[in-house]
Amino acid sequence: MTELVLQHHAAGRRNPWIGEVAIALAFAAVGALGYVLFPDDLAFLTRLIGIAFLVLSLDLVTGYCGIATLGHAALFGGAAYAVGAACVRGISDPIVLLAIGLGSGAILGLLSGALISRFRGLPQLVLSIAIGQLVAGLANKLQWLTGGSDGLSGLEPGKVFGVFGFDMYSRTAFLLSFTVLAITFLVLRRIVNSPFGLMCRGIKDDSLRARMIGASIYPRFVIMYGIAGAVAGLGGALTAMSTGVVGLDSVSFERSAEVLVMLVLGGAGHLWGALLGTVIFMLFEHIVAAANPFHWMTLVGLLLILIVVFAPRGLIGPLTALCARLFSRRQKT
Amino acid sequence: MSDLLEARHISFSFGGLHVTRDVSFKLAAGDRVALIGPNGAGKTTLVNLITGDIAPSEGRFFMAGEDITTCSIPERVRKGLVRSFQTTRLFANLTVADNVALAIMQRRGLTRRLLSRATDLPEVRAEWSEILGHLGLLGLATRKVVELAYGQQRLMELAIGLALRPKVLLLDEPAAGVPHDETPRILEAINRLPPDIAVLMIEHDMDLVFKFARRVMVLAAGRLIFEGSPAQVTADHEVRRAYLGSYADARRTA
Repeated sequence: MTELVLQHHAAGRRNPWIGEVAIALAFAAVGALGYVLFPDDLAFLTRLIGIAFLVLSLDLVTGYCGIATLGHAALFGGAAYAVGAACVRGISDPIVLLAIGLGSGAILGLLSGALISRFRGLPQLVLSIAIGQLVAGLANKLQWLTGGSDGLSGLEPGKVFGVFGFDMYSRTAFLLSFTVLAITFLVLRRIVNSPFGLMCRGIKDDSLRARMIGASIYPRFVIMYGIAGAVAGLGGALTAMSTGVVGLDSVSFERSAEVLVMLVLGGAGHLWGALLGTVIFMLFEHIVAAANPFHWMTLVGLLLILIVVFAPRGLIGPLTALCARLFSRRQKT
Repeated sequence: MSDLLEARHISFSFGGLHVTRDVSFKLAAGDRVALIGPNGAGKTTLVNLITGDIAPSEGRFFMAGEDITTCSIPERVRKGLVRSFQTTRLFANLTVADNVALAIMQRRGLTRRLLSRATDLPEVRAEWSEILGHLGLLGLATRKVVELAYGQQRLMELAIGLALRPKVLLLDEPAAGVPHDETPRILEAINRLPPDIAVLMIEHDMDLVFKFARRVMVLAAGRLIFEGSPAQVTADHEVRRAYLGSYADARRTA
């Protein structure tokens, strides 16, 4: 038994990069399929990817650290505004704009994390809503910077690496977004499985126990918030660049609530769950809202109730169980 | 031998209620001390005061001569002051191995690492497999803690304590809630703790106390009323009246 356990752990070590390569290949395959099969829907898929960044970001603080927040769109929208404002002022290189999104998202994340991580439970939730409202209010008021209720429009980012221009079919935007998503996902997978990430999960389980093994909680959560901010910032930057506009909806309370729904739907505390939830929610919205624009939210509500009742930990749980069963059956035969 | 932990005139009151009154004691390396007393005597409160979970109203704590009264919980742990909990507190959704590995990584200062895989650290793996092997839990390494039996979870409290390489270990009722036939396993694990650390154990099970302790402190109504060898404790009239009652008599006649 002892040997079995040690072998199991040694097996994970034999090829440290194999998991990463497999995931990168899977991403490439899915991206290529999307690009080839849905050439008319690339704008929608790009928007979906932008939101996926925000859901992944929320997963880091809510799923992995247990921090309750309903103001997460502030990080996404704040970075989108930063990118929009930079673009309007003549900075057009997409990579530089991405860096601006990442940096401004990280700063916003560190700032709000420094405040939110001081509290627990309901006060924490209320504080997150307050921060979200504050950023939304500022976006509305600081007209010289944000365009007020009109937002910023007519953003024209330059060519990616000086070669690939943003086109009206969103081909470049899709490929750029998808590549950045794949890289971000791989980095985040490292982070959540690192000693740092493991400690965050431990703190989420029992914070007193974590302190009793000598861990300081506050700085860790602030750092995680900073990382989450950077991820949300990337999503904001990509969305701003691909749509050419930044509006108040990007920092709205509805956006924050929607991404929380997506996370719960897919499964908090799993990176794949965050992606799954985004895809299902956005596809559902895309298809059902087109068929019935007045009642689609009712249907989303029904779907959510069903999922919470039958898979309270999100769809990723039953899905992985199913995969495991199929895999073991194949091994037996 | 030098004192590892010293409490000087510790008092703690909670809304006018004096839970701890002027408690002073010393723990030296290699000490095996039991803290006993009736329910509500303030035993767990005393442990919470020592670990920094609550701050004393009066008095000071010293570790190896250094004043630690204002140190936070994590700071005290880093200095080697470690506790277990009366009701099991573990990382329930992590595996047995990860629970112990986290304590090891924290002690070694590895938990700031963001990009290396937690399972990829051979020195950490060697250490947790040794500790789990020592406690007979290695076969459960990949199981989640929530799936363990209660007795095994109690052993996990000890495993995490060991992983932190404490200088002073406070055990709050390590056998609480464990089925009677499993207590010998807990006792065996406690008896195999490194001989040079100081251990202070709160326990209600007198058999366990007499098998473990070389010194017994008796707490009643927040005050230390007696300190001495197990034999002296059973002989002391006041202790018998305050706490031991029929147990001491039964032991004598037996």
